[in-house]
Amino acid sequence: MTTTTRGAAVTGAVGSAHTRVEGRDKVTGAARFSGEVPFAELTHGWLVLSTVARGRIRSVEDGPVLAMPGVLTVLHHENAPRVDIDYMGMLGRPNPILGIFQHDRVPFAGWPVALVVAETSEQAREAAEALVVRYDEEPHDVAFRAGRPDAYTPQDSPLVQAETEKGDLEAQLAASAVVLEAEYTTPEEHHNPMEPHAATARWEGGRLDVIDSNQGSTWVAGELAQLFSLDPASVRVRSEHVGGAFGSKGLSPHQVAAVMATTVLQRPVRVVLTRRQMFSLIGYRSPTAQRIRLGADADGRLRALDHQAQSLTSTVYEFVESSAVLGRVMYDADAHHTLHRLVRLDVPTPTWMRAPGEAPGSFALESALDELAEKCGMDPIALRVRNEPGTAPVSGLPFSSRNVLACYEEGARRFGWAGRDPRPGLRREGRWLLGTGMAAATYPSGVGPSTAAVTAEPDGTFTVRINAADVGTGARTAMALVAADALEVEADRVRVRIGDSDLGPAMIAGGSMGTRSWGWAVTIAANELRELLALGDGIPPEGITARSNTAEAIGALAQQERHSFGAQFAEVAVDEDTGEVRVRRLLGIFAAGTIVNPLTARSQLVGGMTWGLSMALHEEAVRDQASGGHVGADLVGYHYAAHADVPVIEADWVDDPVPGDPVGIKGIGEIGIVGVAAAIANAVWHATGVRHRNLPIRPDRVLRAADEARRRAAGGARGA
Amino acid sequence: MTPSTSSAITLNINGEKYLLPVDHRTTLLDALREHLDLTGSKKGCDQGQCGACTVLVDGRRALSCLQLAVAAEGRVITTIEGVADGDRLHPVQQAFLDLDGFQCGYCTPGQICSAIAVIEEHAAGWPSAATDDLRPDAGVPALGAEEIRERMSGNLCRCGAYVSIVQAVARAAEAAGSEDKEAVA
Amino acid sequence: MREFGYERAVDVAEAVALLGSDPEARFLGGGTNLVDLMKAGVERPALLVDVRELPLDQVDFTPGDGLRIGATVTNSDLAAHPDVRRHYPALAQAVLAGASGQLRNMATVGGNLLQRTRCGYFTDITKACNKRSPGSGCPAIDGEHHNHAILDASEHCIAVHASDMAVALAAFDAVISYRTADEPGESPITGFYPPVGDTPHIETTLPPGALITGVTLPPAPVAVHSRFRKVRERASYAFAIGSIAAALDVRDGVVRDVRLALGAVASKPWRARAAERALIGGPASAEAFATAAEAELAAAEALPENGYKVTLMRNLIVAVLTELTEEVSR
Repeated sequence: MTTTTRGAAVTGAVGSAHTRVEGRDKVTGAARFSGEVPFAELTHGWLVLSTVARGRIRSVEDGPVLAMPGVLTVLHHENAPRVDIDYMGMLGRPNPILGIFQHDRVPFAGWPVALVVAETSEQAREAAEALVVRYDEEPHDVAFRAGRPDAYTPQDSPLVQAETEKGDLEAQLAASAVVLEAEYTTPEEHHNPMEPHAATARWEGGRLDVIDSNQGSTWVAGELAQLFSLDPASVRVRSEHVGGAFGSKGLSPHQVAAVMATTVLQRPVRVVLTRRQMFSLIGYRSPTAQRIRLGADADGRLRALDHQAQSLTSTVYEFVESSAVLGRVMYDADAHHTLHRLVRLDVPTPTWMRAPGEAPGSFALESALDELAEKCGMDPIALRVRNEPGTAPVSGLPFSSRNVLACYEEGARRFGWAGRDPRPGLRREGRWLLGTGMAAATYPSGVGPSTAAVTAEPDGTFTVRINAADVGTGARTAMALVAADALEVEADRVRVRIGDSDLGPAMIAGGSMGTRSWGWAVTIAANELRELLALGDGIPPEGITARSNTAEAIGALAQQERHSFGAQFAEVAVDEDTGEVRVRRLLGIFAAGTIVNPLTARSQLVGGMTWGLSMALHEEAVRDQASGGHVGADLVGYHYAAHADVPVIEADWVDDPVPGDPVGIKGIGEIGIVGVAAAIANAVWHATGVRHRNLPIRPDRVLRAADEARRRAAGGARGA
Repeated sequence: MTPSTSSAITLNINGEKYLLPVDHRTTLLDALREHLDLTGSKKGCDQGQCGACTVLVDGRRALSCLQLAVAAEGRVITTIEGVADGDRLHPVQQAFLDLDGFQCGYCTPGQICSAIAVIEEHAAGWPSAATDDLRPDAGVPALGAEEIRERMSGNLCRCGAYVSIVQAVARAAEAAGSEDKEAVA
Repeated sequence: MREFGYERAVDVAEAVALLGSDPEARFLGGGTNLVDLMKAGVERPALLVDVRELPLDQVDFTPGDGLRIGATVTNSDLAAHPDVRRHYPALAQAVLAGASGQLRNMATVGGNLLQRTRCGYFTDITKACNKRSPGSGCPAIDGEHHNHAILDASEHCIAVHASDMAVALAAFDAVISYRTADEPGESPITGFYPPVGDTPHIETTLPPGALITGVTLPPAPVAVHSRFRKVRERASYAFAIGSIAAALDVRDGVVRDVRLALGAVASKPWRARAAERALIGGPASAEAFATAAEAELAAAEALPENGYKVTLMRNLIVAVLTELTEEVSR
């Protein structure tokens, strides 16, 4: 038995900059992602997707393909193992797309109809391309547009309340000195993480072993156990490194296909999605059509706020893009109405994508606030300050902390907002018109139950076991810092193990909840271990382990509105001759609780803001009405920002203590994107005098809008 | 006569010779990842649209997803696994690590290989689309942020790490520049 | 991707002979477009004849100070070449505006001229496309076409040519040299891409089995003052939605010589001869440039989503000629 020697207590790891613990592996290429772990006897699966948008499979002509070199099997609805999709999973009922190859119905273009497995990936690909699938095609409807008569209000779910309402909206609008009514649209957007989804499945020692890339291996293992009716203990899912996720890496058809195939072949099977396949298999952000009505007194005080957001879902599963939630937190009004509406179409089911709801919702609401400020002749920040609520506008609950005013103040100071001439179209530099804009940001700070174990090793080091997922957030490093402070030791004495369902259940990396959820569990276990060690007994060879489970503590949390806040500032340049828009700088100031690792936190916030820039200027997936599928389902057809698009982006934060909160961490994964597109659109208006209410603000739209504005101005001049 | 659809080839990678039979369809990227267990080069799009698979071929950066392995025989290939000097990271790798020039790390090997080449291309006097005056006697402007952004634009990063990547490339370029000066002195 | 044979040619005659040995053979240059299209199933060759090592990688002066550019010169080497930068700066700019550093290191001049359209219907084999599959239809006309042709399109195909380099070559009257099994031949670039008509799948006038061996730029003193501007939906690493290569010589306020070619507006790089005719001998003024632009674009036919290109090209012509006027007078 070794004796512990403890120096003076060390704290202060949290809040100081640390490079990533796995950083060296990532810059040397040593870090292995899910499709990169070698296995003897590995086989390669290639998915075949439907080419029709609606109908039934008449036949899968697998005979010729089975005769091709290297082909081992072709799985489809007539021969695939059965799965059960009638269960309640960790995040609700499963998306029926997980029930691949169970029936002959095709509900959208790009639905999985077969998996070809071969000895090499080249053979699998060629065979998959050669597989003839015949369909009985039915007419499809993929036309998303505002005001469709078949739009409906979805049922409330634990995740989204469809409608909230207080006061008499029409009366307050009628009584308002200033009324703004406008419609905004955002397009279909795709996550497009750099690492395509990939899974390798095998049976090993009577257990199903899956090497995956996901946001929560507890979640994925649990779903696979349910789908395949397996004892949960006999499923292990590992996800060591994740090449970006953004909401798209849960359970998708490729893991199910890999498990089916390894069960049939009794050899390891790897299924990797192509970039094109990702456009129909992993979810996406629904397009939105949003209508906002604001009524205000002459001094900008809101009397009426009405935000109605329409999005789409598939015919097989319901997903609500909760774009109208922003106003429930940000702004009060005497009459306050928020509503979500859905249209069911023959398209894949949308899903969570970075800041689901708030990202498109903030484009509409924060653009509308800017338009209202213009109408009231007020500074946009002053208008927001005037409407700062004391308690949450809809729930009436107190905020756990709300430091958005400090964000406005610090942001305005750093950006140089004071003295800004609000008039549009006045600043020119060569061929560029210049403008500035701002917007507010908010995102919920949620938490989910997690378990953790912290072990004091005989050699004086500590091992933290928490089934977190590091999707690029620096979760390993953050947990090392959190544990180090709770243990009162240097961070380099702490090792962190994550990404393995055998570590025990934990919250997913999603909804800005990961660090708060895991950090809480690690803190409790580490605190307990510190107390155990304080008893002074030696450490046995197996170490001393303390465990935690936050489920009860979460249930006992006080009823409060818990959110992060922020203020986004943008400067843009617009060439009205070519329609080009360039963002010259972005500044985001956030109030997001305790910042665990300033180095990686800044990266994550800047990354979110970069997403906002992409959303404002680039991102749009185009659905072909005739075929029902995408046109340009690749990174040439779907643009997001490249290096040359991204200027200096600064992110920083104000102190944001959360009184009485047991963790103090709020989560920063989403808030960076919120409001950025509005700040940029508001800046484009300030530069040109033209409002852009439809994203992205592409050159063709800028040229068209400028032409229309010129025509209107000419007509107006003649009229006068 | 039906031509053979595979060949036995020798690839020169990171100073090692690898003899392997390849299906002609196999790209250099797949040869590295699936046959030689060199998985540092990443497959982001497999279509030449993202830059994650960037390697150095005869000292120049190239996309290994569009390079057939059979056509790479006879060329000198350097991948991310071959840029460090033993345990000592390449200055570009070190700068990425110190300045947090990545988040998920998947585009990182391609960004680093590309950055190494960018610094060399710039030193060789190659202009870019960000270079105002292309006349050879005008020289090439310093490798500032705008030049780095343009030259690195073939490497997409979805996490949005561009800001710190540009800082990392600038730092490594500065270090390389001062080393050159020392060498001259 | 179907299985295929691979041969590496060491000289031009061997390359042409190898290609002739298999009706489904294709030349492989940098592979940046061909390999991508093979993965997409658009191209399905039975044999690849690798021409990257042919001794066609030089840029040389021709008598009278023109330039001859070998077919296997990489895009990078072309753009970095001092004589190209000095005498034809718009060509270097056009090449640098295309693709990425990695792709320019791989792509060759010959391959660049033969690259195929990036129309999203063409590159997706699950969709109809007259260019890929003659007679199947052109869904872009009633579908997604915001980056499609406004000039010389047909009811069978409205795709645009994707090359930036070719726009500059068109402005400078480049002549493409090729070699068939029987004889060498050449074609001016302006005649190299035939009208779309009802044969959008026929993309060049290159004889069957011919290998492009190089491009010759005739002497063009006017090219010293030349520019290429490209507008795209990202600041870099994106195909053009409109581009222009222009060269201008102005003396005493009068246009003495002018070259103008437009990109991303037609199935070929578009030499703007009507605009050139309108400009020669007239004043170098914004009004004259606008009038010339109108003359060129009078024939434009816009679909619902690509009409902005008419405005864009007019504005680009005026802007770039104005910049060149300032440059010349400096």
